[in-house]
Amino acid sequence: MDCYTANWNPLGDSAFYRKYELYSMDWDLKEELRDCLVAAAPYGGPLVSLLRKPWRKEKAASVTAVLEIYSASACLWPWKSGPVVSLGWSAEEELLCVQEDGGVLVYGLHGDFRRHFSMGNEVLQNRVLDARIFHTEFGSGVAILTGAHRFTLSANVSDLKLRRMPEVPGLQGAPTCWTALCQDRVAHILLAVGPDLYLLDQSACSAVTPFGLAPGVSSFLQMAVSFTYRHLALFTDTGYIWMGTASLKEKLCEFNCNIRAPRSRWCSRPRSKERAVVVAWERRLMVGVMRPRASSILGGLFVLDEDSYLVPELDGVRIFSRSTHEFLHEVPVASEEIFKIASMAPGALLLEAQKEYEKESQKADEYLREIQELGQLTQAVQQCIEAAGHEHRPDMQKSLLRAASFGKCFLDRFPPDSFVRMCQDLRVLNAIRDYHIGIPLTYSQYKQLTIQVLLDRLVLRRLYPLAIQICEYLRLPEVQGVSRILAHGPVQQKDVSDEDVARAINQKLGDTPGVSYSDIAARAYGCGRTELAIKLLEYEPRSGEQVPLLLKMKRSKLALSKAIESGDTDLVFTVLLHLKNELNRGDFFMTLRNQPMALSLYRQFCKHQELETLKDLYNQDDNHQELGSFHIRASYAAEERIEGRVAALQTAADAFYKAKNEFAAKATEDQMRLLRLQRRLEDELGGRFLDLSLHDTVTTLILGGHNKRAEQLARDFRIPDKRLWWLKLTALADLEDWEELEKFSKSKKSPIGYLPFVEICMKQHNKYEAKKYASRVGPEQKVKALLLVGDVAQAADVAIEHRNEAELSLVLSHCTGATDGATADKIQRARAQAQKK
Amino acid sequence: MAFPHRLDAPELPDFSMLKRLARDQLIYLLEQLPGKKDLFIEADLMSPLDRIANVSILKQHEVDKLYKVENKPAVSSSEQLCFLVRPRIKNMRYVASLVNADKLAGRTRKYKVIFSPQKFHACEMVLEEEGVYGDVSCDEWAFSLLPLDVDLLSMELPEFFRDYFLEGDQRWINTVAQALHLLSTLYGPFPNCYGIGRCAKMSYELWRTLEEEEDGETKGRRPEIGHIFLLDRDVDFVTALCSQVVYEGLVDDTFRIKCGSVDFGPEVTSSDRSLKVLLNAEDKVFNEIRNEHFSNVFGFLSQKARNLQAQYDRRRGMDIKQMKNFVSQELKGLKQEHRLLSVHIGACESIMKKKTKQDFQELIKTEHALLEGFNIRESTSYIEEHIDRQVSPIESLRLMCLLSITENGLIPKDYRSLKTQYLQSYGPEHLLTFSNLRRAGLLTEQAPGDTLTAMESKVSKLVTDKAAGKITDAFSSLAKRSNFRAISKKLNLIPRVDGEYDLKVPRDMAYVFSGAYVPLSCRVIEQVLERRSWQGLDEVLRLLNCSELAFTDMTKEDKASSESLRLILVVFLGGCTFSEISALRFLGREKGYRFIFLTTAVTNSARLMEAMSEVKA
Repeated sequence: MDCYTANWNPLGDSAFYRKYELYSMDWDLKEELRDCLVAAAPYGGPLVSLLRKPWRKEKAASVTAVLEIYSASACLWPWKSGPVVSLGWSAEEELLCVQEDGGVLVYGLHGDFRRHFSMGNEVLQNRVLDARIFHTEFGSGVAILTGAHRFTLSANVSDLKLRRMPEVPGLQGAPTCWTALCQDRVAHILLAVGPDLYLLDQSACSAVTPFGLAPGVSSFLQMAVSFTYRHLALFTDTGYIWMGTASLKEKLCEFNCNIRAPRSRWCSRPRSKERAVVVAWERRLMVGVMRPRASSILGGLFVLDEDSYLVPELDGVRIFSRSTHEFLHEVPVASEEIFKIASMAPGALLLEAQKEYEKESQKADEYLREIQELGQLTQAVQQCIEAAGHEHRPDMQKSLLRAASFGKCFLDRFPPDSFVRMCQDLRVLNAIRDYHIGIPLTYSQYKQLTIQVLLDRLVLRRLYPLAIQICEYLRLPEVQGVSRILAHGPVQQKDVSDEDVARAINQKLGDTPGVSYSDIAARAYGCGRTELAIKLLEYEPRSGEQVPLLLKMKRSKLALSKAIESGDTDLVFTVLLHLKNELNRGDFFMTLRNQPMALSLYRQFCKHQELETLKDLYNQDDNHQELGSFHIRASYAAEERIEGRVAALQTAADAFYKAKNEFAAKATEDQMRLLRLQRRLEDELGGRFLDLSLHDTVTTLILGGHNKRAEQLARDFRIPDKRLWWLKLTALADLEDWEELEKFSKSKKSPIGYLPFVEICMKQHNKYEAKKYASRVGPEQKVKALLLVGDVAQAADVAIEHRNEAELSLVLSHCTGATDGATADKIQRARAQAQKK
Repeated sequence: MAFPHRLDAPELPDFSMLKRLARDQLIYLLEQLPGKKDLFIEADLMSPLDRIANVSILKQHEVDKLYKVENKPAVSSSEQLCFLVRPRIKNMRYVASLVNADKLAGRTRKYKVIFSPQKFHACEMVLEEEGVYGDVSCDEWAFSLLPLDVDLLSMELPEFFRDYFLEGDQRWINTVAQALHLLSTLYGPFPNCYGIGRCAKMSYELWRTLEEEEDGETKGRRPEIGHIFLLDRDVDFVTALCSQVVYEGLVDDTFRIKCGSVDFGPEVTSSDRSLKVLLNAEDKVFNEIRNEHFSNVFGFLSQKARNLQAQYDRRRGMDIKQMKNFVSQELKGLKQEHRLLSVHIGACESIMKKKTKQDFQELIKTEHALLEGFNIRESTSYIEEHIDRQVSPIESLRLMCLLSITENGLIPKDYRSLKTQYLQSYGPEHLLTFSNLRRAGLLTEQAPGDTLTAMESKVSKLVTDKAAGKITDAFSSLAKRSNFRAISKKLNLIPRVDGEYDLKVPRDMAYVFSGAYVPLSCRVIEQVLERRSWQGLDEVLRLLNCSELAFTDMTKEDKASSESLRLILVVFLGGCTFSEISALRFLGREKGYRFIFLTTAVTNSARLMEAMSEVKA
């Protein structure tokens, strides 16, 4: 292992940089790299190249340019659209091609056309001079410099909002260099015009000066922003480099070199104190490391064999050329500790110990003891695990992990998960780094990206089997893993009818647990395939899940029926409100009419909150019955004046006639009559009559001694005789007007018989009066009447006379105490006699 | 008599867990509003809340003063107001008016609304419309199951009946599904499910969806309850409309049992104070008479009194040591029993007095005549007289409905005249009541030449207008006879007995109605459990008009113990009566099952009728 650190370049006191080859390039470039427009996506993303010649030099364009996408899959197709100014990748790994007319074409990884958007009229008129694609926390943005030297940008291409930046005062020609910055979640433009720097934000253009800039700068040629937008490097025509924070308020260092026209990229490790900028020119590569406090810079020089292109990454720089694809980064601490020459770090010792152990040498024990004496074994194991993660070569990973595993044996309680997770992660990483797959992610990038995003990217590359294997290997929950992958894939197919795609998807997925058809549908809708989305939603078993998407797709009526299916009334209500705003009143009511469940829900709401709407609803439906009921309710709940109440009742009666409910109409008209009458009674007689029922009105009249009026009312409203008799009987008994009662009883033959007279008198505890009527009770009820007045003996006689078994036992049950003993005997005798016969 | 369980009767699951859960959740919600606060409670929630958390628990969690939510301005001076309400629009308006009044006065306080058992979107809408949505924080107290007794769970949602069966509002179905889901997470899955009725079906399907969404939770658990049976109230209105004669039902009819307890007025306690008595299995005396026919109760109570006296009398011959023992061990129990005994005797006397006054015998006779279908004319004139005499608006309505359902609607002449009489007696607003009853299928008119209107209108409110037309066609082809009669014959609901029905030793469930009628709902449950399916009941289903609405679902795997298979949860959607509970308890005793009851609310005929009535505010 002596030469393991051979490719390490020391820079400064404490940092090493190393460059290693990722792949040897197998691309079939016909032209020189410098003649092509090239773009590479971060996080080990794909490369794209487009020959820029045809438009620049031979306008006749007999040669068609060919757009080529590499790495994920080689894919090329002739470029037919207008001249392309700039290429770039969005965060979703979509290819953005900015054309000269400001149109941006969006392609998928496989060259499938996705969509198209324009950067606005101003851009269209003035043509695009230059364009940059940059990444923000919201997504990917596009910044455009137009022929009129104005900037237009959009911070997020998937939610396109164009912003035209303010004019730079006195700007005549194109800026010498510019870049998009992203600070405090807002995108800015930093541009240099000769020696002057301007910062453009949404509202203003301000001139800025880098802090501590050496005098004598005549022009800025280049600027480079770090991956996180935190740092900035400026290059001047004199070869002077200023490095500082992106706010320009703090200088980190400056130095001079003799490079002209460089291409530069930042290269730093997260959390590292050292900041480095990589400067490439011609075929040389210089790593400039800034050292805090010291104003000098130490430059490491790498020589490149060919023209190269630099891709900034989170923790380093990818460098590719015609033949190779390399990665340059600062050696992580753990690796450094272990592999640094003559390192005595615990990890280094552990690695040594393990090697000796394999050689069956006793030295193993010595090394181990040494670590243990310092109590650093845990640390050693952790170091080895961490370092393994940063190694690119599987054999190195293995040997480090072996060392860690060896060390672990001597520890009592070392939580195994970090080791296990590292093994899993490395396996995944090695799998995707394979040149067939070609995603050269480093461990830190992978952690930043998360496994979910990685899976999405594999899916985008149509590497479904690998993605599924990874899911299964990592035992991801189905919802996150396998099902998601299954769901994603097929939507992207084209040229097949929606029906077939939907069916194919269903056949493939069936009812796999965790598959969310609404998610797939959402994706289909995202790809602009609304019909397919609707078809797919049909397979979604949970109606509740279908609704939000349907609403989004403006299929509100369908959403309504789905919401009703779901049985979730809140969901129905949400859709209803949506519909109410979307449709005009008439259409809204019509929609409701076909959905009784929604209708009743809305009615319930209106009943409490919008009474007028309720009325309209009934009107619309020609529901006269309910309309009548509505006005009836209004006649006593909403109206107070008697005229208003009568009017409400009149409306109700009309409605009932329309509903062919004559009964209700008549009853309502009677009530109108009664109301008016009650009002008159109140005026003439005083007291309260309003709101009494007919029965109670008559009773009140009798109780008040207005017998004539009562009779009149009864006649007017055709109160049946039976009721009138009951009513009078009760009222007179209540008044204890026994004389009048007797007169009444003799006025004609009672339609209710005379038993009620007995009962009512007894209720008023007037036995004397009761007996009067008992004698008039018809034979069938005589026994009952006699019992009521308490004449058991006579009751017995009558019962015996009737020879009625039921009556006999009734009397018998009333025979209590000694006094009735004789009667009881009499009945028993009569019974016995009856049985004999 | 008494109430002996069979020795092999399975143990009931412990439902007190539901109370603890609800309490913990409420405390959590109260703690979300730290510091002193005043609590406004909706009147309907007071009794249920009292069963979950008493005032001292509320005080422990910094509830300062308690107010009732009513339609007048609040006098609270607290800086934090918490409202515990049902999700009703009128409550939202109350909250909004309070907040707006504060705003006018330039006062800022914290407001929190806790909806029980869940919040509805419409409520938030109202808050939004009133412009206070941002000032109020909303929460849900998912308290949907209150164990009223060892075998009785109530959702305490009396409005379920009106909302669903009259207004066609399906909001509560979700609540039911959630409650069932909670039960299955706590007590394991139900291996056998049966149900009848549209609401039952919807609840069941929604519940299944919930289970599927959260699958895995209940999987692999051993079921504690072997069967679940869901039943819509409108499958059997008849039983609910009958006068109750079993003691517990009678107490409910007479004094109104509210949330498992009853207020006995001075006429029962024979003092000037009224007494609140908790009626459940813990009341030893009550537990023995609750399921008894009323005619037995007096005898039982006097027997009990004599026994008690005998036990008291024992102390005569005791020496000091025995006396000490007696006082320390038995006396307390005896005293307690004595107290309970006197309460129930008082209640019985009071019931007797009231019932004889209203010619109870006549009433029962008429009901039985209606159930058996003879002397219809006589019954009709009895009802007419009942109305004319203004005996009781609710009772009259009940009898009219009973007549309508047993006869498949009133003949047009009676329909008009009874309604006219009723309006004359009780005022014109009852036009709306009749419209409601018609819509719910409780009181209908036989269309000339079509006696099936009752069933038809019942169905047509459940389906769209178009489908209703088709159903009309289907109906007119059916035989013209009363559905209830046919069902009654098919299921043998009217027992034919020679001689007297011995109410002391009941032979069948008919004893809960003096041997005159077996509750339809209970008979259906019995039949299905016997067959373990709806097989062979096609004709009954057709008559009930539920052919499409009956379902069975059995799981294949047989993990259920034989013990659990004898536990049956019966879910009444729209309420059940104590008579039904007694009848099923009886059935359980006979067959070695134990029934557990889950109801949206305990109901009786009066509550059903009140739910349908329109009253002037």
